[in-house]
Amino acid sequence: MNPRRVPVELDPVRPQDSGPLTVTLDGEEVTGQAGQTVAGILLGAGRVSWRTSRNGRPRGVFCGIGVCFDCLVTVNDLPDVRACQRRAQEGDVITTGVQDG
Amino acid sequence: MAEVLIIGGGPAGMAAAAAALEAGARVTVLEAGYDLGGQYWRHLADGRSGANEAALHHGWDTFLELRRTITEGCDVVLGAHVWAVDRNDDAPPLVHVMVGAPDGTDREPRTYAPDRLVVATGGQERTLPFPGWDLPGVFTAGAAQALAKGERVAVGQRVLVAGAGPFLLPVVTSLIQTGATVVGVAEASGPRRLARGWLPRPWELLGTRSKATELGGYVQAMARHRVPYWTGRTVVEAHGTDRVRAVTLAGLDDDWTRVPGSERVIEVDAVCVSHGFVPRTELATAAGCAVDENGFVVVDHEQRTTVPGVFSAGELTGIGGADLSLAEGEIAGSAAAGRPPRPQALEKRRRYATFASRMHAAHGIRPGWQTWATPETVLCRCEDVTVGEVRDIAAKTGARGLRSLKLTTRAGLGPCQGRTCGRNLEDILVVETGGLMQAGRTSHRPIATPVRLGELAATLTPAPAPERAPDREDHP
Ligand SMILES: Cc1cc2nc3c(=O)[nH]c(=O)nc-3n(C[C@H](O)[C@H](O)[C@H](O)COP(=O)(O)OP(=O)(O)OC[C@H]3O[C@@H](n4cnc5c(N)ncnc54)[C@H](O)[C@@H]3O)c2cc1C
Ligand code: FES
Repeated sequence: MNPRRVPVELDPVRPQDSGPLTVTLDGEEVTGQAGQTVAGILLGAGRVSWRTSRNGRPRGVFCGIGVCFDCLVTVNDLPDVRACQRRAQEGDVITTGVQDG
Repeated sequence: MAEVLIIGGGPAGMAAAAAALEAGARVTVLEAGYDLGGQYWRHLADGRSGANEAALHHGWDTFLELRRTITEGCDVVLGAHVWAVDRNDDAPPLVHVMVGAPDGTDREPRTYAPDRLVVATGGQERTLPFPGWDLPGVFTAGAAQALAKGERVAVGQRVLVAGAGPFLLPVVTSLIQTGATVVGVAEASGPRRLARGWLPRPWELLGTRSKATELGGYVQAMARHRVPYWTGRTVVEAHGTDRVRAVTLAGLDDDWTRVPGSERVIEVDAVCVSHGFVPRTELATAAGCAVDENGFVVVDHEQRTTVPGVFSAGELTGIGGADLSLAEGEIAGSAAAGRPPRPQALEKRRRYATFASRMHAAHGIRPGWQTWATPETVLCRCEDVTVGEVRDIAAKTGARGLRSLKLTTRAGLGPCQGRTCGRNLEDILVVETGGLMQAGRTSHRPIATPVRLGELAATLTPAPAPERAPDREDHP
């Protein structure tokens, strides 16, 4: 199975429904919850990796706190943004799969 | 009135801010994240906060109270990425900040020249390398925790938790609360070391009853969900090509050396690993604060570092959990504002420090971990440098310094600048070359958080005048 967002209606924490937030991920629309980070939205949508290392090994989230730089994405043409640190904005254009120099 | 600047809005920084405020200082808190709380009280974004969010946290009321006090009384700057500090003779250093979105371009540069500085930048997990640890689906336990608490995302459905220390337990509870099945918890330390660390002088732990209650709650949750807890066992390999599909668990001896023939394969779709914590000392080191042989910032009984006017608290000065961080923060905040700390805070620090030393005795990393890595195991995730390459070059050159090794192998030179592999690299070198010239040097990084060249250029024109810690009204 893939990672997934806990459905709001089944969540024991009973979070408020902050409403959907849609970004495009490599041209595809992906919907998460307002307030999530880019990494939260990607993982919540079932993506585990979105980048490759120098030797082409897949990379996604590892540390979750901005330390490891495994989760880098391009946000609205700005490269090297740590997906786990950046809160997504409605309409963000996220591109992944960029080979790391 | 003393002006106290605090870097870090986790438990230590928050307690420091509240105490300094109480002692009459003017206080500014710089926090890189979107809210206060640090790693311990990482929570849902405004607008998502849950009716039952306290279920994810311990001491949630303490957090809410501290946050209220601080936001009312201090200048709290969120999204404040402190990227460098400049030494300033016998005064605290100048503190350079970019305020705005992480890794952004149009952030606002600011420079502070505080009377007193409290550095409370916390810690990060240390993960030991094993074959497949770089596969997607292998997370640090803290990442799973951050995703559960801050995003309500389950990292997988069948999850194994492995590593060492009591921190594995809250992670299990958080995973269960996202609906994941935890297939087991593998604690690397065996029963003998656990007993040596935790059983002698049990009366010393009486004073840390809240910790015992917290841990007891986790153990109950594990029992209710029938989560097996194995000791003297760890993940020695993660299997899969595009992502993790299974793991091999193996038995370990007292030294964490892998026991041949003890392997067993378990199917999983995620693994959460945590072998311990290391302090995030970039800023403290750049400020000139001395660190000890384990890399922790050296402080005196009032949390003063070796640099005049600079204090430090929390995970930065030793790993001991949120309660110890709160006590240290309070002491640092009072002392920075020029008031003697409350005896209760000193007593609380003493009790939780005992807990911390027990934890280290029971769960501290053992050298046998080097038997888990094969020559092909990735050591530096950024540059795909393997354990074998590092061992070979070290053996060939006999180099006991890090610089030549880094330049030859590129280990530690990728985007994370050795944050993830540095300590492991040092451990391997110690074995290969019989000692390091400059232990702990992999954590020496003058730039603490990435800054884009464009942003840097923009700070030069016009030259920013260092500001005193500003009045709150200046920065609503
Ligand atoms: C990912 C993770 C999850 C954890 N979860 C738990 C848990 O669930 N339960 C538990 O008992 N323990 C947990 N711990 C251990 C926990 O870190 C400590 O017990 C406690 O949070 C330490 O408090 P602190 O204030 O020292 O540090 P932290 O809580 O780490 O706070 C440090 C703060 O400083 C900020 N900061 C760092 N560098 C900069 C900079 N350059 N500029 C501006 N701000 C900066 C960070 O954003 C952070 O908010 C976790 C640790 C990690 C790494
Ligand atoms: S996952 Fe480590 S930096 Fe984002």
